[in-house]
Amino acid sequence: MFRHAFLGLAALAIFAGCGKPPTRVSTGDAEQVLHYGNRSDPQELDPHIVQGVPEHHILQALIENLVAEDPKDLRPIPAQAERWEISPDGTVYTFHLRSGIRWSNGDPVTAQDFVRSYQRALTPSLGSEYAYMYFVMKGAEDYFKGKSLDFSSVGAKALDERTLQITLNGPVPYFLSLLNHYSWWPVHLPTLAKHGDPYQRSNRWTRPGNFVGNGPFVLDQWKVGHVIVVRKNPHYWNAANVKLSAIHFHPIESSDTEERSFRSGQLHVSNEVPLSKIPVYRDRQSQLLRIDPYLGCYFYRMNTTRPQFKDKRVRQALAMAVDRKTIVERVTRGGQLPAFYFTPPDTVGYTSRASLRYDPEAARRLLAEAGYPGGKGFPAFEILYNTSESHKAIAEAVQQMWKRELGIDVRLINQEWKVYLDSEKRLDYEVSRAGWIGDYPDPSTFLETFLSESGNNRTGWKNAEYDRLLKEAARLGDQQTRYELFQKAEAIFLDELPIIPIYHYTRVFLIQPSVRGWNPTILDHHPWQNVWLAAPPEPIASAARR
Amino acid sequence: MLRFVARRILETIPVLFLVATITFFMMKAVPGGPLDTEKNIPIEIKRQIEAFYGLDLPVWKQYTNYMVNLLHGDLGPSFKHANRSVNELIAAALPVSLELGGLALAFALAVGITLGILAAVRQNTWLDYLASSSAMVGICMPTFVLGPLLVLVFALHLEQFNASGWDFARDRVLPALTLGLVYAGYIARLTRGGMLEVLSQDFIRTARAKGASEARVIFRHAVRGGLLPVISFLGPAVAGILTGSFVIETIFNIPGLGKHFVTSVFNRDATLTIGTALFYAALIVLLNLAVDVAQTWLNPKQR
Repeated sequence: MFRHAFLGLAALAIFAGCGKPPTRVSTGDAEQVLHYGNRSDPQELDPHIVQGVPEHHILQALIENLVAEDPKDLRPIPAQAERWEISPDGTVYTFHLRSGIRWSNGDPVTAQDFVRSYQRALTPSLGSEYAYMYFVMKGAEDYFKGKSLDFSSVGAKALDERTLQITLNGPVPYFLSLLNHYSWWPVHLPTLAKHGDPYQRSNRWTRPGNFVGNGPFVLDQWKVGHVIVVRKNPHYWNAANVKLSAIHFHPIESSDTEERSFRSGQLHVSNEVPLSKIPVYRDRQSQLLRIDPYLGCYFYRMNTTRPQFKDKRVRQALAMAVDRKTIVERVTRGGQLPAFYFTPPDTVGYTSRASLRYDPEAARRLLAEAGYPGGKGFPAFEILYNTSESHKAIAEAVQQMWKRELGIDVRLINQEWKVYLDSEKRLDYEVSRAGWIGDYPDPSTFLETFLSESGNNRTGWKNAEYDRLLKEAARLGDQQTRYELFQKAEAIFLDELPIIPIYHYTRVFLIQPSVRGWNPTILDHHPWQNVWLAAPPEPIASAARR
Repeated sequence: MLRFVARRILETIPVLFLVATITFFMMKAVPGGPLDTEKNIPIEIKRQIEAFYGLDLPVWKQYTNYMVNLLHGDLGPSFKHANRSVNELIAAALPVSLELGGLALAFALAVGITLGILAAVRQNTWLDYLASSSAMVGICMPTFVLGPLLVLVFALHLEQFNASGWDFARDRVLPALTLGLVYAGYIARLTRGGMLEVLSQDFIRTARAKGASEARVIFRHAVRGGLLPVISFLGPAVAGILTGSFVIETIFNIPGLGKHFVTSVFNRDATLTIGTALFYAALIVLLNLAVDVAQTWLNPKQR
């Protein structure tokens, strides 16, 4: 500590005379070490406990499941399993593990490891926040809820060392994609048992030195608030094709700080770009700015239990008076798509046929029909948002549009994040900003949010036909028929409108020219074994520093 | 003297008890909890997690459990950092905050006292005006302006430092400067004021009359009394340098204590909030005690 302090003072004293120090990016390029802006510290590195995107980025380096994601389109591809068979009715999946695959401590990976992992994730005492992701598997829900205490009643069997059979309740066409969600990833139970109770939280197995995984990288350092370092795993079956030697995950919460770090050559890839910097990069250094599609929707919830929002004509009028094109072009400016439906367009081949439109004339007419001609007599209400400059800017734009087009007065109210979540859950709001990011590439991850009993609904809106259509779709294996049911459900949703879709997200971030294999994928997943660094031609490199 | 110190240390116990109690109930009173997330956690899963952390117990029971653990020196588990204890988190962040604070303080004292003495000795000359006005600039410039400005010049334009981070020796320079400058300004003004007062006193005139050199007058006789106001300022200043570095830690992405202090509240990570609050309370009490002792030692009138 003091050594650093003295060296720091010495550095200040002599800095004027010395040359420019090498940057993390330039040394990283030479040594295949990637520096990644990962926004925040992970809550944990246990796949059955975490809940978040920064955690996913790190876990994707440390653990590999039966299947992995194609680096370009995220299609499930063989990983720990070299092949699999699906029964004709789509309910039984038989996975054949590769021979010779090992955990990072050298132990062989067996089918039994997967079964034990599933049992652990479903053990109630662990309180796995994503345990419900398993409920497509036969018997999983009963076991989790304590209705069955015998795990052999659950549809996960190790037929032999290298064969794993999973039986589902019904056909789930997106099951292989679901496996790419970390809640389904395996852990090494003997390691967990060594460092605490495997079926309780606060186990120390995820500390550096303790961690055992089966992914392309192993955990090397975890300094809270500082950095997480993962190094190439020599035991990984495909280690010969892993080009990066290490990845440093930097938790930088402030986007301004992150942008300055990127500019001073400390990061290869940033997590985001401050809103005000997007046009600057677009004009001057567009080669460093990337805008990729992202499977998510930014929208406003309307509290349908409040008298003024009970009439769907009012909700339709409000939705039609929002000029989404202006919002994405003038306010957010990050290449977002105006949202005229909820599920993002072309979600694995699904695009809603029903669609909203921007039509202030029709909006005024609907509002008049609902008894508020020219907005007269419409009770003033509030738009609630969690404190943030960009949410505020969007809310101001919407406020202005509703005033101008409908003659309705709206106030803005911002609350700190947890207070806002609390207000929303208690339905203590009138209109509230919200966002939804898909967990896996399938329309159901969006539409099921607004099932009557869904804890994520939070609008008070219920529709029996909508529920029926989605539940029927959940039982079907045929993609075509499912999508037809989704079309019908989304049409009902867009007519009823408990929410106002505003835009479909994009991922806006900065990336050094040396980074290769960083493909635009709709979930912002970038399988690390496909990423590598190539020294860029000199002129671009120095431009990146300015 | 020893009895005085012992009594003061004993007095801290009820203070810390009050801080823990008030923070505990304030964290219970704010809306939203550590398990409120954007994606809803099903109720049966939420109950399991609450049971694990004892959040399902009545509040008075949670309070007594917390207090009993506290007596054993256990600040409890953190919610946000799920496999770490609050003790561990504080232990990991404290050296960083101490290093940053120590450097900033050293800078502030060196620059502040020098400027203050120069200004006092050359009162109402251009040197005084220059020193006093730079002190004023230091005080008025908010850290969230100064920090990015220093980064812009020294990291992005001159490319001598990293814009953020805490990996290399040179990463200490810009944050310490940013944090120290405000305090340097205050110290310069306090030193100048204190020195001017002492320099006008009779014993200084006597010393001069006896033929003591100007340097001897200033450094042997005047400084000791002239620095008294600085000493009393140092107690809260040191605490402020250690606690108030949240902005600096964010600007430079430094893994110090200030960040836990603030973000734990946003995360409703109650144990971490109480832990850091207690830690700072203890720090402030002890620093004030140290200041009192130092003042008694420096000021013969109080001895």
